[in-house]
Amino acid sequence: MNALFWWLLVAFLLFSIGAFGVLARRNVILVVMSLELMLNAVNLALVATANFRAGAEGAGVLFALFIIVIAAAEVAIGLAIVIANYRNRRTVQVDTYDELKG
Amino acid sequence: MEGTAYLQIAVALITLLPLLGFIVTLLFGKRMGRQAHIFPVAMVTVTAALSIYGFVWAFGHRDETFVWNAFDWITAGQFHVPWGYQVDTLTGIMLLVVGIIGCVVHYYSIGYMHGDEGYYRFFAYLNLFMFAMFVLILADSYLLLFLGWEGVGLCSYLLIAFWFRKKSASQAGKKAFIVNRIGDFGFTLAMFLIFVVTGTLEFTGVFAAAEKGDISAGITTWICLLLLTGALGKSAQFPLHVWLPDAMEGPTPVSALIHAATMVNAGVYMVARSYPLFVQSETAMTVVMAVGIFTAILASYIAITQNDIKKVIAYSTISSLGFMFVALGAGAWVAGIFYLFAHGFFKGLLFLCSGSVIHAMGGEQDMRKMGGLRTKIPVTFWTMLVGALSMVGMIPFAGFWAKDEIVGATFIAGEYVVWVVAMVTVLLTAIYMGRLIFMTFWGETRADAEVQAHIHESPPSMTVPLVILAVPAALLGLVVGLPPEGGWIHGFLEPVFYHPHHAEFRLLGEGGALMLASLLTVIVGLLIAWWLYVRQTEVPARIADRVPWAYRASLNKVYLDDIYAVVPVGATLGFAQWLWDVVDVKVIDGVVNGVAWLWGRIGDGLRPIQTGRVQSYALYMFGGMVVLVAVFAWVWGS
Amino acid sequence: MSWNDQIGFPVLSVITFLPLAGVIAILLFGRGRPQVYKVIALVVTLAAFALSVWMLVVFKVSQAGMQLAESVSWIAPLNIRYGMGVDGIAALLVFLTTLLGVVVIIASWHYVKDREMGFFISLLLLEVGMVGVFCATDLFLFYVFWEAMLIPMYFIIGIWGGPRRIYAAIKFFLFTLIGSLLMLLAIIAVVYYVKDHTGTLTFDIQSLSRVVYSYHLQYWAFLAFFVAFAIKVPMFPVHTWLPDAHVEAPTAGSVILAGVLLKMGGYGMLRFCLPFFPDAAVAFVPWVVGLSVIAIIYGALVAMMQKDLKKLVAYSSVSHMGFVTAGIFAGIALVGNAAGVEGAILVMLSHGFLTGALFLMVGFLYERTHTREIAEMGTLGKPLPVLAGFFLFFSFGSLGLPGLSGFVGEFLSLYGVFEYSRWMAAVAAIGVILAAAYLLWMFQRTMYNDRGDDEVKPSFPLKDLGAREIASLVPLVVFVIWLGVYPRTFLEFLHVPVQTILDRVTPSLSDASAGMGALAQLVDSVRGLF
Repeated sequence: MNALFWWLLVAFLLFSIGAFGVLARRNVILVVMSLELMLNAVNLALVATANFRAGAEGAGVLFALFIIVIAAAEVAIGLAIVIANYRNRRTVQVDTYDELKG
Repeated sequence: MEGTAYLQIAVALITLLPLLGFIVTLLFGKRMGRQAHIFPVAMVTVTAALSIYGFVWAFGHRDETFVWNAFDWITAGQFHVPWGYQVDTLTGIMLLVVGIIGCVVHYYSIGYMHGDEGYYRFFAYLNLFMFAMFVLILADSYLLLFLGWEGVGLCSYLLIAFWFRKKSASQAGKKAFIVNRIGDFGFTLAMFLIFVVTGTLEFTGVFAAAEKGDISAGITTWICLLLLTGALGKSAQFPLHVWLPDAMEGPTPVSALIHAATMVNAGVYMVARSYPLFVQSETAMTVVMAVGIFTAILASYIAITQNDIKKVIAYSTISSLGFMFVALGAGAWVAGIFYLFAHGFFKGLLFLCSGSVIHAMGGEQDMRKMGGLRTKIPVTFWTMLVGALSMVGMIPFAGFWAKDEIVGATFIAGEYVVWVVAMVTVLLTAIYMGRLIFMTFWGETRADAEVQAHIHESPPSMTVPLVILAVPAALLGLVVGLPPEGGWIHGFLEPVFYHPHHAEFRLLGEGGALMLASLLTVIVGLLIAWWLYVRQTEVPARIADRVPWAYRASLNKVYLDDIYAVVPVGATLGFAQWLWDVVDVKVIDGVVNGVAWLWGRIGDGLRPIQTGRVQSYALYMFGGMVVLVAVFAWVWGS
Repeated sequence: MSWNDQIGFPVLSVITFLPLAGVIAILLFGRGRPQVYKVIALVVTLAAFALSVWMLVVFKVSQAGMQLAESVSWIAPLNIRYGMGVDGIAALLVFLTTLLGVVVIIASWHYVKDREMGFFISLLLLEVGMVGVFCATDLFLFYVFWEAMLIPMYFIIGIWGGPRRIYAAIKFFLFTLIGSLLMLLAIIAVVYYVKDHTGTLTFDIQSLSRVVYSYHLQYWAFLAFFVAFAIKVPMFPVHTWLPDAHVEAPTAGSVILAGVLLKMGGYGMLRFCLPFFPDAAVAFVPWVVGLSVIAIIYGALVAMMQKDLKKLVAYSSVSHMGFVTAGIFAGIALVGNAAGVEGAILVMLSHGFLTGALFLMVGFLYERTHTREIAEMGTLGKPLPVLAGFFLFFSFGSLGLPGLSGFVGEFLSLYGVFEYSRWMAAVAAIGVILAAAYLLWMFQRTMYNDRGDDEVKPSFPLKDLGAREIASLVPLVVFVIWLGVYPRTFLEFLHVPVQTILDRVTPSLSDASAGMGALAQLVDSVRGLF
């Protein structure tokens, strides 16, 4: 068991918690937060791998930076949508948003 | 060939002038109003003069055939047909018949159609007809002949249905065209077969091949029978004759021109033209004769009870055409064309006279409401009498000489059964023509008082044409047919029918005896008619009561129309209805819509998966990822 | 890069994209100004027509191969080129398309009430696609045009159509799409086959048509192409989209549909099915000719039973187009039977003029009587003599009156069938009798008196054809007579390209496999797949 394994284990646990949150939470704010958790788990995995694998340093860090920027944009837009939805429906329960069905 | 440059111009103009007349009248005729006839009649007059010129040329060059290929009509791969004209003596005779009668009928129509709301339309159609008819007789190939053939069919359709606001007229026009199309089906296949075996459709090429024996006997028979099918339609022979009586719905000048003197002869002309093919097939000749004689007697049998004056003449036309086919089938080619020649004049005359009678009676066509017109419309009476006597074959009128040659030819050819039937037909012809004349012109007038008051002789524009046509109807036989079997017309047509049926006519021999027999038959027939319809007018009704089935069969045209309504027409419509209702709507479209329905149901089945909730979609994605990872792990791991 | 060699001017591209320029002009200047956009549409279609006539004039009829060719690299990595060019067959069809393009613009002048500008734009876009299909010499480009053409047609039926327009539009679209997807697969298979066997990747139709394909590729690819084109023709039994599409489409849509779109099927068979896959084509001859003969009779019989004028004309198309497929395939069945193929192409042209005109007539009638039900008309020859005259003319053209265009093509294609099989020709010739029956019956029921009463139906006052409507019909009258009396003008364009196709097919006739029959070969080729 090298050190990378523990880092990746932590990342995996974080990701799983996030995934569980996305799938199971009703509150849309919590879903968005869980999504952030998943993204950060990926960031952690990337940065850790970059640190331990020779030749992958630059790329790992670079992608992590990209993800942070995109996550920020995503949260901004996501929350804007949540607010817009809240104004219309007076609720943030994600399972009530089911207009788009066949 | 000196002088062909003029002939070339004449031939071109003969076809182009009536066409020009048609186009001009169609475009501007309405504005011309009552003067609409001037241009088309002028065109036809010039054309008649030119066609006489064509005849004169043929007269002067009877051993030559003038062929002029105007331009390449159809060239596609191996198939090649020019647009070409041909003039020989047979064409010359036809030019004379069509040109003169066509011209006379145009003049007659000025008076007859006066005041009709479709005045200009009528003349336009007549001109178009002249164009098509001239193309038909001048064509130098089967395909161009077919163009004229269908063209006259079109005009016949238009003119029969001229008064299209009458249901019977529009029905009759349609019937005429479709029945003719059935014949043309055979004609088309015949052309295919001819082209396949000879590689050409031009008469000279086809006949050269036939002479050389390039066409096997079986194929020749097929070609002839298929051509005959076409001729049966156009010349109204059994079983395709049913359209002609109905065609009497058209204006009477049309009946005279198209359905008596010219178009219906096209079938006879075509068979005569194809003579080098027919002479090589015994079977085909026999069929031609059998069809002809059967039609002749059938039509006479029906004619005897008809009460419509035009229908009687129509059936007599069918019967006469039957005689022409008998002549062709017996190998008496010249006699057939001679009869066609004479028939054109006297039958045209009869129709125009009947038109004059109808005109005098204020549109009445039922002979039961006529009678006693002899003194009231004398010109019509005398000319019609000439026509009728010519028709029954009374000496010395034109019909006698021609008909006698045909009847004689059957006897000399050894076809005694045909001869006997022909004699019976001659007898019946005399009876029904006598009936027509006596019912119309003798006895008391049976019309309403109001109609009687208006009975008047037709205007000169109508009576002059009658007199003009009466001359050849009376004298043509004496001029061209004497002596029998050796007259002028025989010499004239010899170059076309170059191994003629040689029968030396001897007055004090077989020929004279046959002539006497048929003459006696005619006189007996006329006497019977006189006795039945002038002396003992109650006898016909008693005869009808005695043999009601025979009377009703004749009156109902042997029920052929009723049979046709069921077998070909009804069956086709029923089948078509079934194809539409069941095959198209239920089976084919059913499958199409069924497939669509099936996909719809599959979609319905899958619909619950689409909950619209983000989290359930995320779950599917997650599940999908897990599966993918597992698969990849399995693939790479192993 | 090479623009065209013959006249130093990319005439085909200009003809194709002139209507597109018209669309742009309409969008820039025509919004809300009906007179402006109609005139623009008329001007560009007239210009395209004039150019296509000029194209026919400069076309060298005795020269083989594609003429007026243009070729520019387009998608270089796949060696896809923007290639345009016409042979005699395509040239005539381009001419037909641009002619009908003008005719429909004139005929639709007052036809549409709703979103009129969009209608004219759709018509122009449709013309781009159609001309492009006939001009493309690159398989990829051909496919692009083929699909692009569908979209405006879909809108024309779906937006400006009758009450069941959605059903009809979707049916039309799906039928065609199924065909074109099969064709797309076959195109990919063919291109990759050539790449694997010769090492060159090309979409050039001319080069692809010179390759000898393995026989099981031929059978499957032939079937895929054939189904696509058979749906377009349409052949029995994949014809049921046609009546629905016609009935629902506006007049202009029906005219284009019958006049041009159906010709794509016949054109595609000539351009792809025969030269690409000659062995398969020869093997399928009996089946295709048989189906065509069925279509001739079936279409005619079903047409007879129709109560709706447009449906009647639509089924008559099924019957007439049977002559096209029958003539083409009978023409390749034996050596030296070019008459069948040339006749089939003439039928395509003539059907374009005649059926286009008949749909115009039905449209004009509909604008007056507000119905297409035959039963609701009667004795209309009385109030509408000019309309009746034109109607009669086109009906007789359609039933094959010699001297008018219908006859020459049908006669030749029937002759081609006769050389191949006398019995099939005899059966097909019955179709000609039936054509007379259903057309004259239709004419009697609408224009003449069929009821016995002397009543004009409908009874309200009717106005006869106006100058604009006559103007849209006269060009068709001219060409119908021209094609009937002097078909040589048109046939001259066909001799060389038809011979080229036949030369390609002839070797297959002597092949041992040709005697095998399509089904046996199919079984064989299925084995070849595994």
